[in-house]
Amino acid sequence: MLKENLNGKEGQIRIPSGCAIAGLFSRSGKSVSGETIVNAMTVMHDRSNGLGGGFAGYGIYPQYKDLYALHVFYNNVSAKEECEKYIDKAFEVINLSRIPIRKTPRITDEPLIWRYFVAPHHNKLMDSQLDEDEYVVRAVIRINTSFDGSYVFSSGKNMGSFKAVGFPEDVGTFYRLDEYEGYCWTGHGRYPTNTPGWWGGAHPFSMLDYSIVHNGEISSYDANRRFIEMYGYKCTLLTDTEVITYIVDFLTRKQALTLTEVADIIAAPFWSTIESKPPKERERLTYLRNAFSSLLITGPFSILLGFSGGMMALNDRLKLRSMVVAEKGDMVYAASEEAAIRMMEPELDRIWSPMGGEPVIVTLEGGAEQCR
Amino acid sequence: MPVDFMYPEYEIARNDSRCIRCRVCERQCANEVHSYEESGNFMLSDESKCVNCHRCVSLCPTRALKIVKSDHCFKENANWNQAAIKEIYKQSGSGGVLLSSMGNPERYPVYWDKMLINASQVTNPSIDPLREPMETKVFLGKKPERIERGPDGSLRNNLTPQLELAMPVMFSAMSYGSISYNAHESLARASRELGIFYNTGEGGLHEDFYQYGENTIVQVASGRFGVHREYLEAGAAIEIKMGQGAKPGIGGHLPGEKIVGDISKTRMIPEGSDAISPAPHHDIYSIEDLRQLVFSLKEATQYKKPVIVKVAAVHNIAAIASGIARSGADIIAIDGFRGGTGAAPTRIRDNVGIPIELALASVDARLRDEGIRNNVSLVAGGSIRNSADVVKAIALGADAVYIATGALLALGCHLCRSCQSGKCNWGIATQRPELVKRLNPDMGFRRLVNLLTAWNHEIKELMGGMGINSIEALKGNRLMLRGTGLNENELGILGISHAGE
Repeated sequence: MLKENLNGKEGQIRIPSGCAIAGLFSRSGKSVSGETIVNAMTVMHDRSNGLGGGFAGYGIYPQYKDLYALHVFYNNVSAKEECEKYIDKAFEVINLSRIPIRKTPRITDEPLIWRYFVAPHHNKLMDSQLDEDEYVVRAVIRINTSFDGSYVFSSGKNMGSFKAVGFPEDVGTFYRLDEYEGYCWTGHGRYPTNTPGWWGGAHPFSMLDYSIVHNGEISSYDANRRFIEMYGYKCTLLTDTEVITYIVDFLTRKQALTLTEVADIIAAPFWSTIESKPPKERERLTYLRNAFSSLLITGPFSILLGFSGGMMALNDRLKLRSMVVAEKGDMVYAASEEAAIRMMEPELDRIWSPMGGEPVIVTLEGGAEQCR
Repeated sequence: MPVDFMYPEYEIARNDSRCIRCRVCERQCANEVHSYEESGNFMLSDESKCVNCHRCVSLCPTRALKIVKSDHCFKENANWNQAAIKEIYKQSGSGGVLLSSMGNPERYPVYWDKMLINASQVTNPSIDPLREPMETKVFLGKKPERIERGPDGSLRNNLTPQLELAMPVMFSAMSYGSISYNAHESLARASRELGIFYNTGEGGLHEDFYQYGENTIVQVASGRFGVHREYLEAGAAIEIKMGQGAKPGIGGHLPGEKIVGDISKTRMIPEGSDAISPAPHHDIYSIEDLRQLVFSLKEATQYKKPVIVKVAAVHNIAAIASGIARSGADIIAIDGFRGGTGAAPTRIRDNVGIPIELALASVDARLRDEGIRNNVSLVAGGSIRNSADVVKAIALGADAVYIATGALLALGCHLCRSCQSGKCNWGIATQRPELVKRLNPDMGFRRLVNLLTAWNHEIKELMGGMGINSIEALKGNRLMLRGTGLNENELGILGISHAGE
């Protein structure tokens, strides 16, 4: 098994973990250095235990914005050779390179970390009768489930995830995030309870251009997992983030629901709240809860969902995890702790704690709410 | 022949110093066990007639009575036990098939008792149902494959008819005839009060109970007794009964002596004629025939009602359920081998079928493997005994459960397993007016409401402990279960890990 080869137990047992998250978003699309989000994570050091940290940046690959950027961990050279044969078959590779890193004593045992800018092979795509995104999803799932020692941890366009075992601030240094600029960043520090930590198991978890950072431990995990696996997803990591990402992908990309509707499903209002709504709204909410009942997520979570052109912050329906959101000019910030926000921007126009189940969705000016 | 004599299984222990000769026991026993000996002013009992239903014990005002197991015994034999020997005597005397009532009482494993439920500690908070909302409402029925939007972009309600249950428990099929009018009234009124459903069984629907139609599931079984257009339209859902856990593969038989008055009218058969339901539906010899009946019933009711297909848990249940899930049915009800009955051949009841826990787990897994779990809801029955069983069934993958024996116990049944005699002293499984009136529906309905209200509280406590505040997040959530003392195969079928893993 892949995960064993990567010196971890992830994917064989389920590992609960506590966490810290932070995010920033520029509505006007202005470029912000990755350093800002790394600094925000620094003040929440105690919310992580050094067993996982990571970031996602959007708008970071403008020169390749129409290509899928695959970020891949390899255990060793032979795994890389094996996997690259497959990548070459499935995709046209426009550019490939090692992801630049800065050695630090606090991050060790790194795998081989490579990046490929690719487009689906035209003929293969036609033969598959799939749309481009679905083609990429299947290729990624294929690599992650059947290629030992290879793991694709980022696969979106003009975005990328960067993650490792270590404290988030060290992960930021390691990946030289100060050299990237994007209009949206999310960050994550992990506090897993019983694992040596595996690089792939760190957050964000990404699929296409969705990335999720998450703090919590969902109690609905197996109900959600067993449902979503009916639709071609394969939960290999047994982590909450993985299943939440697949749920969001399924609801937005496959069911064409809006993010507000996604929030109404995964953090559905209580029936008593639904009863108190006007008839049309009541019917809408009842429909969503009934039709997608197995995708309700219970237990504590706060998530930041990044996607092309937008970001969503969402808490579980009881708000069992802290999360604050703030605004300053065109900037929107979210974090587990206000301190992290103040680190990014000491003077704020507005700061508040969204209610449980109440999504905060921000998009680029002129952009629609829907991800696609 | 003396060989036919059997020493009674039970003895009536009467504390004579407490007995006040009020003769309540004598009046209450339809089996005529008790009698009064006037000359000597003492009570007699004929234990050979006693079925151990505790009616006399419960009504004795001075607690002078108890029933004890007889210590009369055969020579010990681990192979030829007492029951095996007695059954030989009975059959060699009568030449008949042995009959029994209620669910399989034999020593097969009860998997519910080998599964344990999870709770939150530290990493994830438990939720207090007294302080936070805790939801047990469920909808049964097919879920849409895709959403649809109207011209203005709003979501269209493209759901097929659904059943809305305030809690994931329903009363399963028991016909009017097999149980009494008062028992039916209790079930109907309790269902309305609880926001759930009861099931007519194959006996039609008494005209007095049409008013409870919104909480009624009307059954269509192989005999088609009592089925007509108004009947189908009266219920909230229609259940096709293909099989029953207590007697998979065979039909039903309500003897002519029970087909009297309203029962004959409700079943639409002449008084005194036996009501014999054939073993198969003679219009269903294969899965494609089932599809036709499903759609015939939907046509007859303008596609306004969900259709349930009830099957007994048998060896090949996963494949059978997969076929049903593609037949147009909205709900599959699976009845395990412990499920009850008003009368079944003993050999069938005690030897045919499989445990509901295994059947449910394998059906749920198969439907998910095939990607069709959303086509149908799953209802598990036979037998669910308490709220923990409900929680375990839902965690294995059920949408809701059916209970019947538990409901009858709430109405006073003492599980004497003599329903086939028609002399139920508790007024449940009888049509004798003087016995039926012992079951007061005002009290019966209240007891049913109490029972399920209590279960609902317990379900919420168990859910809260797991950090789950809505029942849909428990459905199929097998990580919440662990097995004890189960082998690899059993764990694999149940899809759960062993405790400690």
